[in-house]
Amino acid sequence: MPPITLHPQYSVPVRLLSESIATLRSSRFFPCGLLGMVLLAAALPLHAQESPYIVTYDHYLEEPGSLEVEYFSTFGTQRAGNDFHAFWAEFEYGATAWWTTELYFDGQTTFNDSTLFTGFRWENRFRLLAREHIINPVLYIEYEQTSGADKILKEVEGHDVEADYAVPNALARQEHDHEIESKLLLSSTFAGWNIAENTIATKNVTGGNPWEFGYAIGASRPLALKASAQRCSFCPENFIAGVEMYGGLGDRYSFGLHNTSHYVAPVIAWNLPSDWTLRLSPGFGLNDNSHRFLLRWGVSREFSGFGAAVSRLFGGRQ
Amino acid sequence: MRLQSSAVALLLTLGVALAQAPSKPVAKDNSVYAELAKAPKRAAARRNPFATDPDAVAAGGKLFGLHCAECHGDMAEGTKKAPSLFADEVQRATPGTLFWLLTNGVVRRGMPVWSKLPEAQRWQLVSYIKSMTLASKPGDADPPHPAPH
Repeated sequence: MPPITLHPQYSVPVRLLSESIATLRSSRFFPCGLLGMVLLAAALPLHAQESPYIVTYDHYLEEPGSLEVEYFSTFGTQRAGNDFHAFWAEFEYGATAWWTTELYFDGQTTFNDSTLFTGFRWENRFRLLAREHIINPVLYIEYEQTSGADKILKEVEGHDVEADYAVPNALARQEHDHEIESKLLLSSTFAGWNIAENTIATKNVTGGNPWEFGYAIGASRPLALKASAQRCSFCPENFIAGVEMYGGLGDRYSFGLHNTSHYVAPVIAWNLPSDWTLRLSPGFGLNDNSHRFLLRWGVSREFSGFGAAVSRLFGGRQ
Repeated sequence: MRLQSSAVALLLTLGVALAQAPSKPVAKDNSVYAELAKAPKRAAARRNPFATDPDAVAAGGKLFGLHCAECHGDMAEGTKKAPSLFADEVQRATPGTLFWLLTNGVVRRGMPVWSKLPEAQRWQLVSYIKSMTLASKPGDADPPHPAPH
């Protein structure tokens, strides 16, 4: 395998983050730290009003100071290979009302093969306009350090096709990707409907790969627009349903739909008053390059006031 | 080196968290209400379609508990993060002005946009806020029902 070379501008922060994660994972303090974080989070008040999308982003950011902890699964069918179950955990934090930062940890199990940790992602979203407009832009910048065995399909870009995922884990894990991913998120809300359009541009900084492009679009609406007066789990306003579609658009040298994969997926989210959100999305491949079926589901919980609680722990102002 | 890297990563994390901590006692800062005056006349003149809905205040109270109480306080009395909604500036504001503020937020001051709540729910929140009276201000003899969580 050729050695990984990173542009100097990326190498320091990337190495820092990688080493930190590796050290924390191997440290005897890690379980204590994790327990502390769980206890801290359990003591915080909660609320949730989450969109149903799993791939598409709307323009709503995390509330300032809130931490949202999320777990997602993707089950995918695989022709000429083994089906897989990919999963990831997200830690999404509202740094300000205009900036949300998020850390992902990815893994996957390929049936009749193995289970792997496949990498991490650090995502940032910046709201560009202070007030609401007909179309609201958000800038998305993400750094990914993943192996070729990553199968979470959080976005589809370039010439990603089903056959790429048939490679055995032992081989696929030897490929290491360091990607910078940018997105322009456009989103509108009208008459209860949210319409979101994302354009994706990705560059793998480890080699001479060209910029790759992709898209995701989505539409969703709560089942009821008016809230009921009573606290309830099954009230229609707690359910948001919609559909999303996503796929690749080739790369800099071969832009377009040739040799790309595309999916359409109904989505539904159930925002429970107990502050959990459940999401479910069966996805269907739209051409022969796509997985025939993807079943995604996720569970998340939002912890308000997380930033202030951490600040208090370290003597911050009350 | 690894320990140092971990410490730097931890410090970066804490930096973000500390940056989030309220740096000013916002509840005592009257300038936070100035945003209300920025509502366009047309928006300020809008009427609350739920003004006569007997359930709107209760529904708004439920929504307040879910989405607003964390910052504004369970009784809307204000906290270090967000101002009191009993303030004259808020109570004198037209329903349309409050609706406009909820929709647009005050992003630079840390209040998110709440257009992700459907219009009907934002109006229900306005109904709840306008139902607060000074007689029911926290600390007075007959406090209002707290926002349900």
